[in-house]
Amino acid sequence: MTALLETSGLKAGYGDFQALWGVDITLAEGGCAAIIGANGAGKTTLMRAITGVLPCAPGMVRLDGAKIGGQSVDAIAKLGIAMVPEGRKLFPSLSVEENLRIGAYAGRSGPWTLEAVFELFPILREKRAVPGTSLSGGQQQMVAIGRALMANPRVLLCDEISLGLAPVVIRDIYKALPRIREAGASVIVVEQDIAQAMAVADEVHCMIEGRITLSGAPGDLSRDDIHAAYFGVAET
Amino acid sequence: MIWVDTILQGVLLGGLYALFAAGLSLVFGIMRLVNLAHGDLIVLAAYLILGVTTLLGLHPFLAVFLAVPLMFGIGYALQLGVLNRVLGDDILPPLLVTFGLSIVLQNVLLETASADSRRLPAGETAVEALNLGPVTVGLLPFLTFASAIAVIAALQYLFYRTAMGRAFRAVSDDPVTASLMGIRPASVFALATGIAMVVVTIAALYLGMRATFDPAIGPSRLIYAFEAVIIGGLGSLWGTLAGGVVIGVAQTVGAAINPEWQILAGHVAFLVVLLIRPRGLFPRAVD
Ligand SMILES: Nc1ncnc2c1ncn2[C@@H]1O[C@H](COP(=O)(O)OP(=O)(O)OP(=O)(O)O)[C@@H](O)[C@H]1O
Ligand SMILES: [Mg+2]
Repeated sequence: MTALLETSGLKAGYGDFQALWGVDITLAEGGCAAIIGANGAGKTTLMRAITGVLPCAPGMVRLDGAKIGGQSVDAIAKLGIAMVPEGRKLFPSLSVEENLRIGAYAGRSGPWTLEAVFELFPILREKRAVPGTSLSGGQQQMVAIGRALMANPRVLLCDEISLGLAPVVIRDIYKALPRIREAGASVIVVEQDIAQAMAVADEVHCMIEGRITLSGAPGDLSRDDIHAAYFGVAET
Repeated sequence: MIWVDTILQGVLLGGLYALFAAGLSLVFGIMRLVNLAHGDLIVLAAYLILGVTTLLGLHPFLAVFLAVPLMFGIGYALQLGVLNRVLGDDILPPLLVTFGLSIVLQNVLLETASADSRRLPAGETAVEALNLGPVTVGLLPFLTFASAIAVIAALQYLFYRTAMGRAFRAVSDDPVTASLMGIRPASVFALATGIAMVVVTIAALYLGMRATFDPAIGPSRLIYAFEAVIIGGLGSLWGTLAGGVVIGVAQTVGAAINPEWQILAGHVAFLVVLLIRPRGLFPRAVD
């Protein structure tokens, strides 16, 4: 069985600076993978390479076995890879509803409509007419997730959706994840919070300095293994 | 009574300047591109309309329907083929390229159309007048102003009420995130410049019917357009109309006092507004 999304030997960087040194991860259809790692490990860079924001060689990213690495960002979006970017990146000139609607620009049909997103995050219905950037952090994150869902993605990439949010808000947001997966999206979450990642993912990848140092199902990984893989310290 | 008339003529003249400026305002609003060839593109469009008029024997009002798609195509191709390549964090390359384009256009027009002054044959339309109660206005200035309002209302609708406008605003905010939505910024920019050229063609229609033009008048139209955009506040479309009206009124009032002051009065009004409100009359809330 081929994976839905697969990176193999993925290398990417910024100009002369190489940030990824051959990353191999796979995401099964219907699966949820977590990427964990400290600041600067290269998690966001990995998301940028998958979505085409950073260039890479064609064979380094495959969707359904087809080489998609290095295609244009809009072409990859149309294939059904949607991203909730780090820092949310809502469009300041657009209202909440417009931010959501623009997520559907790629024109992919599926279960996610404006109505479905409002059911997932009811508070957004109330706030639909106000500028997206006037909301609280948690609500903005909901808009960013809803915007990505409006693309009816096959793969949803979530880059640190818990960053800077209060624990209750994080819980609310992660509560949406099962429904998102039921509706058909396979998910990659990038997290710094190890416990959160272990709770939601069926496969966890640890990353240090642009390399995957440990991969496995949460149940198979010991705390010590993860600690070592996360901080890069050898166990004595 | 004479003053009411003078001011009214100025307001109507402002419609022409708003038409010059609306395309410039649109392009700047979406891609932060200052097109120094804007005035020459207006002149190019005027020659295109003239060409269609003479070749097919059509009235300019009909010829414009052929010139509009042509100019849209020119704008689209220009953006896709040339301007997109120089857009970036550095604002200097687009300025240099459009400055060069301005000179190229002037010389191509000079070679193909000669330096003679031309005029679009408007026939009766040019001399008809409308009686609006106590004042009489020329039909052509009236149509110019009405067209300016229609163009700005249409752009406003496009920008704030349609899916295309949403994409315009998103790309203007953040092109990378917009492309994550499946939007191609390069295509959006091309479309925007194409639409700006449609407005340019409408501006050229009235410019050419109201006065003579020759290949060299582009840069001064650019100045009026610039002043209207800046008086109105960068990126505000209705502001651009207001900016055009300010210049138009200043010019007619100036000319009423002393005919030699017409042009100068427009520029002075621009400077005065800049002194009092450096960000223009209706600056956009964001950036
Ligand atoms: N735009 C950029 N230009 C140059 N270098 C960058 C850029 N963005 C990130 N880097 C560098 O690439 C490396 C990986 O950064 P990346 O943002 O992918 O890390 P991250 O794992 O997402 O970290 P965080 O948890 O802080 O978001 C870091 O060394 C960082 O300094
Ligand atoms: Mg990051």
